[in-house]
Amino acid sequence: MSLKDKACIVGIGETPNTRGPGRPVIDMVVDASLNAIADSGVKRSAIDGLIFSSSRYIFQESVAVHLGLKDLRYTSIIEIGGAAPVSTLQSAAMAVATGQANYVLIPFGCNGYSEARTSVRARPESQFYADNQMSQAVKNYLAPNGAFVPVQYYSWIANRHRLLYGTTQEEIAQIPLNSRANAQGNPRAYMRDRPLTMEAYLASPMISEPHRMFDCCLETDGAAALIVTTPERARDLKQRPVFVSGVAEGHPYPADDIMNRSDILDLGLTHIAHRAFEMAGATPADMDFAQIYDCFTYVALMQLEAAGFCKRGEARHFVMNGNIAIDGKLPVNTHGGLHSEGHVWGLNHIVEAVRQLRGTAHRQVKDCEIGAVTGWGDFGDGSIAILRR
Amino acid sequence: MSDTPKPLPRRDGLNGEFYEHCARGELRFQRCAGCQTWRHMPRYSCAECGSRDWTWEKSSGRGKLYSWTVSHRAFHPGFAGDVPYAVAIVELEEGPRIVSQIVDAKLDALRLDLPLEIVFEKVADDVTMPKFRIR
Ligand SMILES: [Zn+2]
Repeated sequence: MSLKDKACIVGIGETPNTRGPGRPVIDMVVDASLNAIADSGVKRSAIDGLIFSSSRYIFQESVAVHLGLKDLRYTSIIEIGGAAPVSTLQSAAMAVATGQANYVLIPFGCNGYSEARTSVRARPESQFYADNQMSQAVKNYLAPNGAFVPVQYYSWIANRHRLLYGTTQEEIAQIPLNSRANAQGNPRAYMRDRPLTMEAYLASPMISEPHRMFDCCLETDGAAALIVTTPERARDLKQRPVFVSGVAEGHPYPADDIMNRSDILDLGLTHIAHRAFEMAGATPADMDFAQIYDCFTYVALMQLEAAGFCKRGEARHFVMNGNIAIDGKLPVNTHGGLHSEGHVWGLNHIVEAVRQLRGTAHRQVKDCEIGAVTGWGDFGDGSIAILRR
Repeated sequence: MSDTPKPLPRRDGLNGEFYEHCARGELRFQRCAGCQTWRHMPRYSCAECGSRDWTWEKSSGRGKLYSWTVSHRAFHPGFAGDVPYAVAIVELEEGPRIVSQIVDAKLDALRLDLPLEIVFEKVADDVTMPKFRIR
């Protein structure tokens, strides 16, 4: 059975994007969840499904008891890092379409600045990383050679891509400059009131080539949440529903090892984006906007190709001439993204897509009806959802 | 310069066997007994044919530069004295790719497909790391 239009997002909630002192994650998650529940008009006690992106920061039983969810019928945890939030929409759609749950809450929060930022967090030899296969690669083959953090891992992919296709600094800069421009005037954006110029971008220190400081996402503290239910139930609720028309997740092979992929430029998204578009009965050209997971800006550039918005090697041209601006051919990261709004593992990308389709975004894309959201996590797992009003 | 040592790989299980070969001055990878595919990182079965049989076979140690990133932050105090430094992906003639470092080369000499060869560097009493130089 196709999941096309079997589920709708009917509630969104967030906390502010801040930088410390971090509140307990559970406290922020409860706030965001209560905001989403209130936004939807669903009775709190009716929430019977709970889907998490990662088990690293919060714990299902704890969220359930803080919210008084006394009759949970379905829970799951998606462990694919920043690709998880978009992927939760697939699980939520399956749960509500098959009646395993009626109202699913999808919360996420973390103290990405106060507790987990790259400069302070524990190193691979410590307990911070679960002892899974991916951390085996890090501990035994990457860290001893000086590779510790995602900006380095993703830069191996990005740098080969850049060298093969000749992408220039000015072309890469289109992604952060566009995100920062969209963050201006967005009261939720951490980088509101702080415009970025090409000169400042080019003067920013290199972190791990080809990624400069302004190519790296923000590290912020915050939480967000969604409520998902069926189209039938959505009719009785407060908001205009946003339909999950297409959704897919994909994994590069092997997912636990970047270096030995037959083609390192094949992303998790590369071979699965078409599934979501086909499910939705739409093409990339039909999208009124795209929220692209922008942990690092070159990674966002490569996802534009993997999602099918342009051919491999052509993103460098696609992003030029204002094409990705709010009034361009394909508005991208209309809220500022992880680069300039805040870092809630991309759950905020979905929240922004919902706002756009409700017509309540701060930088509103005129008359938008359908848009795409991507996720990216771990060593390049990918996910994509096609949302429509 | 930091006094914090660089992190070392664990030397147990299959990873330990990989590094034991390095300590003897040999770069060896698992090779599938079923379909002859070379593989890295060490695993218990073959991703191509599913066979659980393998032998450790000696690599020529010759390869080429597949990709790299030059890191300008240390990200670990053990590397504070090394910045900026390149972390490379080297593709060996036999097929496997390995994350390593290029020694005795200027960063601006790096380019795709640069021919490389193995050198071993003893980094602790019981740990030898495979590194590469331009050939
Ligand atoms: Zn085999």
